[in-house]
Amino acid sequence: MTLDDLLNNTGEWIRCTGPVSDIVMSSRVRLARNLANYPFAHWASKKEQEAILAAAKESTLSVKKLKDSMFVEIGKLDPIDKQFLVERHLMSKEHMIDAENKGLCVGQDEIISIMINEEDHLRIQVMKSGFNLKEAWQIIDDMDTELGNLLDFAYSVDFGYLTACPTNAGTGMRASVMLHLPSLVMTKQIGKVLQAITKLGLTARGLYGEGTEASGNFFQISNQVSLGHKEEDIIDNIERIIKQIVDHEQSARETLLSQNREALEDRIWRAYGTLKSAHIITSTETIDLLSLVRLGVDLGVIKQSDRALINELFVITQPAHLQKMERKKLGPNQRDVKRAEIIREKLG
Amino acid sequence: MVCNICGKNQATVHLTEIIDEQITELHLCEECAQKKGAQMESHFGLSDLLAGLADLGTQFNKTKTDIKLKCPKCGLTYEDFKKVGRLGCGECYTTFKEALVPLLKRIHGSTQHCGKSPKKIARVVKARNELEVLKEKLQKSIQKEDFEEAAKLRDKIREIEKKSNK
Repeated sequence: MTLDDLLNNTGEWIRCTGPVSDIVMSSRVRLARNLANYPFAHWASKKEQEAILAAAKESTLSVKKLKDSMFVEIGKLDPIDKQFLVERHLMSKEHMIDAENKGLCVGQDEIISIMINEEDHLRIQVMKSGFNLKEAWQIIDDMDTELGNLLDFAYSVDFGYLTACPTNAGTGMRASVMLHLPSLVMTKQIGKVLQAITKLGLTARGLYGEGTEASGNFFQISNQVSLGHKEEDIIDNIERIIKQIVDHEQSARETLLSQNREALEDRIWRAYGTLKSAHIITSTETIDLLSLVRLGVDLGVIKQSDRALINELFVITQPAHLQKMERKKLGPNQRDVKRAEIIREKLG
Repeated sequence: MVCNICGKNQATVHLTEIIDEQITELHLCEECAQKKGAQMESHFGLSDLLAGLADLGTQFNKTKTDIKLKCPKCGLTYEDFKKVGRLGCGECYTTFKEALVPLLKRIHGSTQHCGKSPKKIARVVKARNELEVLKEKLQKSIQKEDFEEAAKLRDKIREIEKKSNK
Protein backbone atom coordinates (compact mmCIF):
# COMPACT_ATOMS: atom_id res chain seq x y z
CA MET A 1 0.00 0.00 0.00
CA THR A 2 1.31 3.48 -0.88
CA LEU A 3 0.15 7.05 -0.32
CA ASP A 4 -1.35 7.05 -3.82
CA ASP A 5 -3.39 3.97 -2.96
CA LEU A 6 -4.86 5.93 -0.07
CA LEU A 7 -5.77 8.75 -2.44
CA ASN A 8 -7.66 6.38 -4.73
CA ASN A 9 -9.60 4.75 -1.90
CA THR A 10 -11.76 5.90 0.94
CA GLY A 11 -11.31 4.95 4.59
CA GLU A 12 -13.93 2.81 6.29
CA TRP A 13 -15.27 5.76 8.31
CA ILE A 14 -16.02 7.79 5.17
CA ARG A 15 -18.38 5.13 3.82
CA CYS A 16 -20.94 5.71 6.59
CA THR A 17 -21.57 2.05 7.24
CA GLY A 18 -21.59 2.32 11.06
CA PRO A 19 -24.53 2.85 13.42
CA VAL A 20 -26.14 6.30 13.79
CA SER A 21 -23.93 7.62 11.00
CA ASP A 22 -26.38 10.43 10.24
CA ILE A 23 -25.10 12.26 13.33
CA VAL A 24 -21.97 10.41 14.40
CA MET A 25 -19.28 10.57 11.73
CA SER A 26 -16.73 8.35 13.40
CA SER A 27 -15.63 6.77 16.68
CA ARG A 28 -11.99 6.71 17.63
CA VAL A 29 -9.94 5.21 20.45
CA ARG A 30 -6.26 5.91 20.92
CA LEU A 31 -3.72 4.51 23.34
CA ALA A 32 -0.43 6.13 24.38
CA ARG A 33 2.40 3.68 25.04
CA ASN A 34 6.12 4.10 25.74
CA LEU A 35 9.03 1.70 25.73
CA ALA A 36 10.34 1.21 29.26
CA ASN A 37 14.03 1.30 28.34
CA TYR A 38 14.15 4.66 26.58
CA PRO A 39 13.52 8.29 27.51
CA PHE A 40 10.25 9.75 26.16
CA ALA A 41 10.50 10.88 22.53
CA HIS A 42 11.06 14.63 23.16
CA TRP A 43 13.80 13.89 25.74
CA ALA A 44 15.56 11.14 23.78
CA SER A 45 18.72 11.67 21.72
CA LYS A 46 18.60 11.26 17.94
CA LYS A 47 20.25 7.85 18.33
CA GLU A 48 17.69 6.74 20.90
CA GLN A 49 14.83 8.01 18.72
CA GLU A 50 16.24 5.97 15.87
CA ALA A 51 16.33 2.85 18.04
CA ILE A 52 12.77 3.44 19.23
CA LEU A 53 11.57 3.85 15.65
CA ALA A 54 13.31 0.62 14.59
CA ALA A 55 11.96 -1.42 17.53
CA ALA A 56 8.44 -0.05 17.19
CA LYS A 57 8.44 -0.57 13.43
CA GLU A 58 9.49 -4.21 13.73
CA SER A 59 6.87 -5.05 16.35
CA THR A 60 4.12 -3.08 14.66
CA LEU A 61 4.62 -4.83 11.35
CA SER A 62 4.45 -8.24 13.00
CA VAL A 63 0.99 -7.59 14.45
CA LYS A 64 -1.57 -9.83 12.74
CA LYS A 65 -3.98 -7.04 11.82
CA LEU A 66 -1.16 -4.98 10.31
CA LYS A 67 0.20 -7.58 7.91
CA ASP A 68 -0.73 -5.60 4.80
CA SER A 69 -0.11 -2.18 6.23
CA MET A 70 1.82 0.79 4.94
CA PHE A 71 4.78 2.15 6.86
CA VAL A 72 6.26 5.60 6.19
CA GLU A 73 9.01 7.62 7.78
CA ILE A 74 7.56 11.10 8.15
CA GLY A 75 10.95 12.79 7.79
CA LYS A 76 11.22 11.45 4.26
CA LEU A 77 7.89 12.84 3.08
CA ASP A 78 7.38 16.15 1.34
CA PRO A 79 5.15 18.76 3.06
CA ILE A 80 2.10 18.01 0.91
CA ASP A 81 2.20 14.30 1.78
CA LYS A 82 2.45 15.10 5.48
CA GLN A 83 -0.50 17.45 5.26
CA PHE A 84 -2.37 14.80 3.28
CA LEU A 85 -2.05 12.30 6.14
CA VAL A 86 -3.28 14.89 8.66
CA GLU A 87 -6.27 15.70 6.46
CA ARG A 88 -7.19 11.99 6.47
CA HIS A 89 -7.07 11.93 10.29
CA LEU A 90 -4.30 9.32 10.18
CA MET A 91 -1.88 11.46 12.18
CA SER A 92 -1.80 14.65 14.23
CA LYS A 93 -0.57 18.07 13.18
CA GLU A 94 2.18 17.78 15.80
CA HIS A 95 3.52 14.74 13.99
CA MET A 96 4.46 16.94 11.01
CA ILE A 97 6.85 19.10 13.01
CA ASP A 98 10.49 18.01 13.60
CA ALA A 99 9.72 14.90 11.60
CA GLU A 100 13.10 13.19 11.80
CA ASN A 101 12.77 9.66 13.24
CA LYS A 102 8.98 9.83 13.25
CA GLY A 103 7.03 7.00 11.71
CA LEU A 104 3.48 6.12 10.74
CA CYS A 105 1.86 2.78 10.14
CA VAL A 106 -1.53 2.64 8.41
CA GLY A 107 -3.59 -0.54 8.22
CA GLN A 108 -6.17 -1.74 5.70
CA ASP A 109 -9.21 0.52 5.22
CA GLU A 110 -7.49 3.17 7.35
CA ILE A 111 -9.08 1.75 10.50
CA ILE A 112 -5.79 1.36 12.36
CA SER A 113 -2.92 3.83 12.44
CA ILE A 114 0.11 4.01 14.69
CA MET A 115 2.25 7.11 15.11
CA ILE A 116 5.79 6.48 16.32
CA ASN A 117 7.80 9.08 18.22
CA GLU A 118 4.99 11.58 18.47
CA GLU A 119 4.55 12.83 22.05
CA ASP A 120 4.72 9.20 23.17
CA HIS A 121 6.73 6.42 21.53
CA LEU A 122 3.55 4.82 20.24
CA ARG A 123 0.20 6.42 19.64
CA ILE A 124 -2.12 3.67 18.51
CA GLN A 125 -5.41 4.72 16.92
CA VAL A 126 -8.46 2.81 15.78
CA MET A 127 -11.19 4.65 13.91
CA LYS A 128 -14.56 3.14 13.01
CA SER A 129 -17.50 4.50 11.08
CA GLY A 130 -20.47 5.83 13.05
CA PHE A 131 -21.20 5.36 16.74
CA ASN A 132 -19.06 2.33 17.48
CA LEU A 133 -16.62 2.94 20.34
CA LYS A 134 -17.00 -0.58 21.73
CA GLU A 135 -15.78 -2.26 18.56
CA ALA A 136 -12.95 0.27 18.23
CA TRP A 137 -11.94 -0.57 21.81
CA GLN A 138 -12.00 -4.32 21.13
CA ILE A 139 -9.74 -3.96 18.11
CA ILE A 140 -7.26 -1.68 19.87
CA ASP A 141 -7.29 -3.75 23.08
CA ASP A 142 -6.31 -6.92 21.18
CA MET A 143 -3.63 -5.12 19.24
CA ASP A 144 -2.20 -3.48 22.35
CA THR A 145 -2.05 -6.86 24.10
CA GLU A 146 -0.19 -8.30 21.14
CA LEU A 147 2.24 -5.37 21.07
CA GLY A 148 2.68 -5.59 24.84
CA ASN A 149 3.97 -9.15 24.47
CA LEU A 150 6.60 -7.96 22.01
CA LEU A 151 7.63 -4.68 23.64
CA ASP A 152 8.25 -3.72 27.27
CA PHE A 153 5.90 -0.84 27.94
CA ALA A 154 6.63 1.71 30.67
CA TYR A 155 4.11 0.83 33.37
CA SER A 156 3.70 1.24 37.11
CA VAL A 157 1.22 -0.51 39.38
CA ASP A 158 0.16 2.88 40.81
CA PHE A 159 0.11 5.14 37.77
CA GLY A 160 -0.59 2.60 35.02
CA TYR A 161 0.90 3.25 31.59
CA LEU A 162 3.46 6.02 31.91
CA THR A 163 3.21 8.82 29.37
CA ALA A 164 5.27 11.90 28.55
CA CYS A 165 2.44 14.15 29.69
CA PRO A 166 0.79 13.29 33.02
CA THR A 167 -2.62 14.16 31.50
CA ASN A 168 -2.47 10.84 29.59
CA ALA A 169 -1.13 8.57 32.34
CA GLY A 170 -3.06 5.54 33.59
CA THR A 171 -4.98 3.96 30.75
CA GLY A 172 -3.21 6.19 28.19
CA MET A 173 -6.60 6.16 26.50
CA ARG A 174 -8.52 8.85 24.73
CA ALA A 175 -11.86 7.80 23.26
CA SER A 176 -13.63 10.26 21.01
CA VAL A 177 -16.52 10.61 18.62
CA MET A 178 -16.93 13.09 15.80
CA LEU A 179 -20.43 14.54 15.86
CA HIS A 180 -22.24 16.57 13.23
CA LEU A 181 -24.60 18.87 15.12
CA PRO A 182 -25.99 21.47 12.70
CA SER A 183 -29.40 21.68 14.33
CA LEU A 184 -28.06 22.25 17.82
CA VAL A 185 -25.95 25.07 16.35
CA MET A 186 -28.90 26.58 14.43
CA THR A 187 -31.19 26.46 17.46
CA LYS A 188 -28.39 27.96 19.58
CA GLN A 189 -28.37 25.09 22.05
CA ILE A 190 -24.84 23.98 21.35
CA GLY A 191 -23.23 26.27 23.95
CA LYS A 192 -25.25 24.68 26.73
CA VAL A 193 -24.49 21.18 25.53
CA LEU A 194 -20.75 21.80 25.38
CA GLN A 195 -20.80 23.44 28.78
CA ALA A 196 -22.64 20.48 30.27
CA ILE A 197 -20.25 17.86 28.91
CA THR A 198 -17.20 19.54 30.47
CA LYS A 199 -18.90 19.13 33.83
CA LEU A 200 -19.11 15.41 33.13
CA GLY A 201 -15.40 14.98 32.49
CA LEU A 202 -15.58 15.24 28.71
CA THR A 203 -14.10 17.82 26.39
CA ALA A 204 -15.02 19.17 22.93
CA ARG A 205 -12.60 20.01 20.15
CA GLY A 206 -12.66 20.91 16.45
CA LEU A 207 -12.16 18.70 13.41
CA TYR A 208 -8.45 18.11 13.83
CA GLY A 209 -8.12 17.62 17.56
CA GLU A 210 -6.44 19.72 20.18
CA GLY A 211 -6.27 23.44 19.48
CA THR A 212 -8.45 23.40 16.38
CA GLU A 213 -11.64 25.35 15.99
CA ALA A 214 -15.02 23.83 15.34
CA SER A 215 -16.05 24.23 11.70
CA GLY A 216 -18.83 22.82 9.60
CA ASN A 217 -20.77 22.10 12.81
CA PHE A 218 -18.41 19.23 13.63
CA PHE A 219 -17.47 18.57 17.24
CA GLN A 220 -15.04 15.99 18.50
CA ILE A 221 -15.96 14.90 22.00
CA SER A 222 -13.59 12.89 24.17
CA ASN A 223 -12.78 11.88 27.74
CA GLN A 224 -10.50 14.17 29.73
CA VAL A 225 -9.57 11.79 32.50
CA SER A 226 -7.39 8.75 31.82
CA LEU A 227 -6.37 7.64 35.32
CA GLY A 228 -8.50 6.00 37.99
CA HIS A 229 -11.15 4.36 35.82
CA LYS A 230 -11.27 1.15 33.81
CA GLU A 231 -11.13 1.58 30.03
CA GLU A 232 -14.56 -0.03 29.60
CA ASP A 233 -16.08 2.34 32.17
CA ILE A 234 -14.63 5.41 30.46
CA ILE A 235 -16.08 4.25 27.14
CA ASP A 236 -19.43 3.41 28.72
CA ASN A 237 -19.58 6.89 30.25
CA ILE A 238 -18.89 8.61 26.90
CA GLU A 239 -21.41 6.41 25.11
CA ARG A 240 -24.17 7.29 27.54
CA ILE A 241 -23.52 11.01 27.20
CA ILE A 242 -23.16 10.90 23.41
CA LYS A 243 -26.46 9.03 23.16
CA GLN A 244 -28.17 11.95 24.88
CA ILE A 245 -26.51 14.52 22.62
CA VAL A 246 -27.58 12.48 19.59
CA ASP A 247 -31.19 12.42 20.84
CA HIS A 248 -31.00 16.15 21.40
CA GLU A 249 -29.76 16.80 17.87
CA GLN A 250 -32.46 14.51 16.53
CA SER A 251 -35.24 16.38 18.27
CA ALA A 252 -33.75 19.75 17.23
CA ARG A 253 -33.87 18.49 13.63
CA GLU A 254 -37.52 17.53 14.04
CA THR A 255 -38.36 20.89 15.58
CA LEU A 256 -36.66 22.77 12.75
CA LEU A 257 -38.55 20.68 10.19
CA SER A 258 -41.92 21.15 11.81
CA GLN A 259 -41.62 24.82 12.68
CA ASN A 260 -39.31 26.22 10.05
CA ARG A 261 -39.45 23.77 7.19
CA GLU A 262 -39.39 26.30 4.34
CA ALA A 263 -36.57 28.38 5.75
CA LEU A 264 -34.52 25.25 6.47
CA GLU A 265 -35.12 23.75 3.03
CA ASP A 266 -34.25 27.08 1.47
CA ARG A 267 -30.88 27.16 3.22
CA ILE A 268 -30.16 23.55 2.27
CA TRP A 269 -31.05 23.97 -1.41
CA ARG A 270 -29.12 27.24 -1.66
CA ALA A 271 -26.07 25.49 -0.25
CA TYR A 272 -26.53 22.65 -2.73
CA GLY A 273 -27.01 25.14 -5.57
CA THR A 274 -23.86 27.06 -4.70
CA LEU A 275 -21.78 23.89 -4.50
CA LYS A 276 -23.15 22.67 -7.83
CA SER A 277 -22.45 25.90 -9.66
CA ALA A 278 -19.53 27.72 -8.02
CA HIS A 279 -16.34 28.16 -10.02
CA ILE A 280 -14.23 29.48 -7.15
CA ILE A 281 -14.74 28.23 -3.61
CA THR A 282 -12.64 28.40 -0.42
CA SER A 283 -12.28 25.47 1.95
CA THR A 284 -14.16 27.28 4.75
CA GLU A 285 -17.14 27.97 2.50
CA THR A 286 -17.02 24.38 1.25
CA ILE A 287 -17.17 22.91 4.75
CA ASP A 288 -20.04 25.17 5.79
CA LEU A 289 -22.08 24.40 2.68
CA LEU A 290 -21.33 20.66 2.76
CA SER A 291 -22.53 20.62 6.35
CA LEU A 292 -25.90 21.98 5.23
CA VAL A 293 -26.09 19.55 2.33
CA ARG A 294 -25.30 16.66 4.63
CA LEU A 295 -28.16 17.75 6.87
CA GLY A 296 -30.34 17.89 3.75
CA VAL A 297 -29.40 14.31 2.88
CA ASP A 298 -29.97 13.12 6.45
CA LEU A 299 -33.42 14.71 6.52
CA GLY A 300 -34.38 13.28 3.15
CA VAL A 301 -34.69 16.77 1.67
CA ILE A 302 -31.94 16.08 -0.87
CA LYS A 303 -32.37 12.68 -2.48
CA GLN A 304 -29.93 13.12 -5.37
CA SER A 305 -26.90 12.58 -3.18
CA ASP A 306 -25.77 10.25 -0.42
CA ARG A 307 -23.89 10.61 2.82
CA ALA A 308 -20.81 8.71 1.69
CA LEU A 309 -20.35 11.08 -1.25
CA ILE A 310 -20.68 14.16 0.97
CA ASN A 311 -18.19 12.65 3.43
CA GLU A 312 -15.79 12.00 0.58
CA LEU A 313 -16.13 15.61 -0.55
CA PHE A 314 -15.25 16.84 2.96
CA VAL A 315 -12.00 14.91 2.69
CA ILE A 316 -10.90 15.34 -0.92
CA THR A 317 -11.54 19.09 -1.11
CA GLN A 318 -8.84 19.80 1.45
CA PRO A 319 -5.66 21.56 0.25
CA ALA A 320 -3.21 18.65 0.23
CA HIS A 321 -5.76 16.28 -1.32
CA LEU A 322 -6.35 18.71 -4.19
CA GLN A 323 -2.63 19.05 -4.77
CA LYS A 324 -2.03 15.31 -4.68
CA MET A 325 -4.81 14.75 -7.19
CA GLU A 326 -3.30 17.38 -9.48
CA ARG A 327 0.20 16.02 -8.79
CA LYS A 328 1.61 19.52 -8.39
CA LYS A 329 1.79 22.43 -5.96
CA LEU A 330 -1.20 24.77 -6.20
CA GLY A 331 -1.48 28.25 -4.72
CA PRO A 332 -4.58 29.17 -2.66
CA ASN A 333 -6.36 30.74 -5.65
CA GLN A 334 -5.64 27.81 -7.94
CA ARG A 335 -6.92 25.47 -5.25
CA ASP A 336 -10.20 27.37 -4.95
CA VAL A 337 -10.77 26.88 -8.69
CA LYS A 338 -9.78 23.20 -8.63
CA ARG A 339 -11.95 22.59 -5.56
CA ALA A 340 -15.02 24.07 -7.25
CA GLU A 341 -14.33 21.95 -10.33
CA ILE A 342 -14.16 18.71 -8.35
CA ILE A 343 -17.32 19.47 -6.38
CA ARG A 344 -19.26 20.28 -9.57
CA GLU A 345 -18.04 17.06 -11.14
CA LYS A 346 -18.87 14.88 -8.12
CA LEU A 347 -22.32 16.39 -7.53
CA GLY A 348 -22.96 15.96 -11.26
CA MET B 1 -3.69 43.24 -0.29
CA VAL B 2 -0.11 42.01 0.04
CA CYS B 3 1.33 40.07 2.95
CA ASN B 4 2.57 42.18 5.88
CA ILE B 5 5.58 39.95 6.45
CA CYS B 6 7.08 39.09 3.08
CA GLY B 7 5.43 41.95 1.17
CA LYS B 8 5.30 39.76 -1.91
CA ASN B 9 2.39 37.34 -1.89
CA GLN B 10 -1.32 38.01 -1.76
CA ALA B 11 -2.61 38.08 1.86
CA THR B 12 -5.24 35.41 2.41
CA VAL B 13 -5.07 35.01 6.20
CA HIS B 14 -6.18 37.78 8.53
CA LEU B 15 -5.08 37.70 12.14
CA THR B 16 -5.75 39.85 15.16
CA GLU B 17 -2.95 39.82 17.70
CA ILE B 18 -3.28 41.17 21.21
CA ILE B 19 -0.02 41.82 23.02
CA ASP B 20 -0.15 43.85 26.25
CA GLU B 21 -3.55 45.27 25.33
CA GLN B 22 -2.10 46.48 22.04
CA ILE B 23 -4.24 45.21 19.17
CA THR B 24 -2.52 44.65 15.85
CA GLU B 25 -4.14 43.37 12.70
CA LEU B 26 -2.04 41.20 10.46
CA HIS B 27 -2.69 40.30 6.86
CA LEU B 28 -0.56 37.39 5.77
CA CYS B 29 0.03 35.12 2.84
CA GLU B 30 -0.43 31.43 3.48
CA GLU B 31 3.26 30.64 3.80
CA CYS B 32 3.97 33.38 6.35
CA ALA B 33 0.76 32.56 8.23
CA GLN B 34 1.89 28.98 8.63
CA LYS B 35 5.22 30.08 10.06
CA LYS B 36 3.40 32.49 12.33
CA GLY B 37 0.94 29.76 13.27
CA ALA B 38 3.75 27.47 14.33
CA GLN B 39 5.15 30.32 16.43
CA MET B 40 1.82 30.95 18.08
CA GLU B 41 1.29 27.30 18.88
CA SER B 42 4.61 27.15 20.60
CA HIS B 43 3.64 30.33 22.48
CA PHE B 44 0.88 28.77 24.44
CA GLY B 45 -0.21 25.21 24.71
CA LEU B 46 -1.24 22.56 27.12
CA SER B 47 2.27 22.42 28.52
CA ASP B 48 1.96 26.03 29.71
CA LEU B 49 -1.24 25.26 31.54
CA LEU B 50 0.36 22.18 33.01
CA ALA B 51 3.40 24.11 34.11
CA GLY B 52 1.04 26.30 36.16
CA LEU B 53 -0.50 23.24 37.75
CA ALA B 54 2.92 21.71 38.36
CA ASP B 55 3.43 24.19 41.18
CA LEU B 56 0.68 22.39 43.05
CA GLY B 57 3.09 20.14 44.90
CA THR B 58 3.31 22.84 47.55
CA GLN B 59 5.16 20.84 50.16
CA PHE B 60 7.56 19.77 47.50
CA ASN B 61 8.32 23.36 46.57
CA LYS B 62 9.12 24.50 50.08
CA THR B 63 12.73 23.49 49.84
CA LYS B 64 14.61 24.83 46.86
CA THR B 65 16.85 21.80 46.57
CA ASP B 66 13.89 19.69 45.57
CA ILE B 67 13.39 21.78 42.45
CA LYS B 68 16.90 20.82 41.46
CA LEU B 69 16.04 17.15 41.97
CA LYS B 70 17.20 15.24 38.94
CA CYS B 71 15.89 11.95 37.56
CA PRO B 72 18.78 9.48 37.90
CA LYS B 73 17.78 7.68 34.72
CA CYS B 74 17.22 10.48 32.21
CA GLY B 75 18.63 13.60 33.87
CA LEU B 76 15.41 15.67 33.69
CA THR B 77 14.91 18.12 36.57
CA TYR B 78 11.55 19.20 38.00
CA GLU B 79 12.37 22.65 36.70
CA ASP B 80 12.64 21.16 33.19
CA PHE B 81 9.27 19.50 33.63
CA LYS B 82 7.70 22.79 34.67
CA LYS B 83 9.09 24.42 31.55
CA VAL B 84 8.05 21.86 28.95
CA GLY B 85 5.13 20.11 30.67
CA ARG B 86 6.54 16.73 29.66
CA LEU B 87 8.40 14.20 31.77
CA GLY B 88 11.67 12.66 30.59
CA CYS B 89 11.09 8.93 31.11
CA GLY B 90 9.04 6.39 33.02
CA GLU B 91 11.41 6.59 35.98
CA CYS B 92 10.52 10.31 36.40
CA TYR B 93 7.18 9.18 37.84
CA THR B 94 9.10 7.62 40.74
CA THR B 95 11.68 10.42 41.06
CA PHE B 96 9.09 13.20 41.24
CA LYS B 97 6.34 11.12 42.85
CA GLU B 98 5.86 13.55 45.73
CA ALA B 99 5.11 16.41 43.35
CA LEU B 100 3.27 14.37 40.75
CA VAL B 101 0.72 12.80 43.10
CA PRO B 102 -1.09 16.11 43.84
CA LEU B 103 -0.81 17.05 40.17
CA LEU B 104 -2.34 13.76 39.00
CA LYS B 105 -5.02 14.10 41.63
CA ARG B 106 -5.89 17.55 40.29
CA ILE B 107 -5.95 16.40 36.65
CA HIS B 108 -7.67 13.03 37.02
CA GLY B 109 -9.28 13.15 40.44
CA SER B 110 -7.41 9.95 41.24
CA THR B 111 -3.88 8.66 41.69
CA GLN B 112 -4.48 4.94 41.37
CA HIS B 113 -4.65 3.17 38.03
CA CYS B 114 -7.27 0.42 37.87
CA GLY B 115 -7.45 -0.38 34.18
CA LYS B 116 -5.57 -2.68 31.89
CA SER B 117 -2.02 -3.83 32.57
CA PRO B 118 0.51 -5.52 30.29
CA LYS B 119 0.17 -9.32 30.44
CA LYS B 120 3.77 -9.73 31.60
CA ILE B 121 3.18 -7.43 34.56
CA ALA B 122 -0.25 -8.87 35.30
CA ARG B 123 1.43 -12.26 35.82
CA VAL B 124 4.01 -10.80 38.19
CA VAL B 125 1.35 -8.97 40.21
CA LYS B 126 -0.79 -12.10 40.39
CA ALA B 127 2.13 -14.23 41.59
CA ARG B 128 3.05 -11.63 44.20
CA ASN B 129 -0.50 -11.55 45.58
CA GLU B 130 -0.64 -15.34 45.65
CA LEU B 131 2.62 -15.49 47.59
CA GLU B 132 1.38 -13.01 50.17
CA VAL B 133 -1.75 -15.07 50.81
CA LEU B 134 0.27 -18.27 51.16
CA LYS B 135 2.77 -16.68 53.55
CA GLU B 136 -0.05 -15.43 55.72
CA LYS B 137 -1.55 -18.93 55.83
CA LEU B 138 1.87 -20.35 56.72
CA GLN B 139 2.20 -17.99 59.69
CA LYS B 140 -1.24 -19.00 60.91
CA SER B 141 -0.56 -22.72 60.64
CA ILE B 142 2.73 -22.30 62.54
CA GLN B 143 0.89 -20.44 65.28
CA LYS B 144 -1.63 -23.26 65.39
CA GLU B 145 1.28 -25.74 65.45
CA ASP B 146 -0.19 -27.48 62.39
CA PHE B 147 3.25 -28.42 61.06
CA GLU B 148 1.99 -30.82 58.43
CA GLU B 149 -0.01 -28.00 56.79
CA ALA B 150 2.92 -25.59 57.27
CA ALA B 151 5.28 -27.93 55.42
CA LYS B 152 2.87 -28.18 52.50
CA LEU B 153 2.54 -24.39 52.34
CA ARG B 154 6.31 -23.93 52.57
CA ASP B 155 6.82 -26.23 49.57
CA LYS B 156 4.18 -24.36 47.59
CA ILE B 157 5.83 -21.01 48.35
CA ARG B 158 9.22 -22.34 47.29
CA GLU B 159 7.76 -23.63 44.07
CA ILE B 160 6.22 -20.25 43.16
CA GLU B 161 9.38 -18.37 44.10
CA LYS B 162 11.43 -20.70 41.96
CA LYS B 163 9.13 -20.11 38.99
CA SER B 164 9.14 -16.32 39.27
CA ASN B 165 12.92 -16.24 39.61
CA LYS B 166 13.33 -18.01 36.31
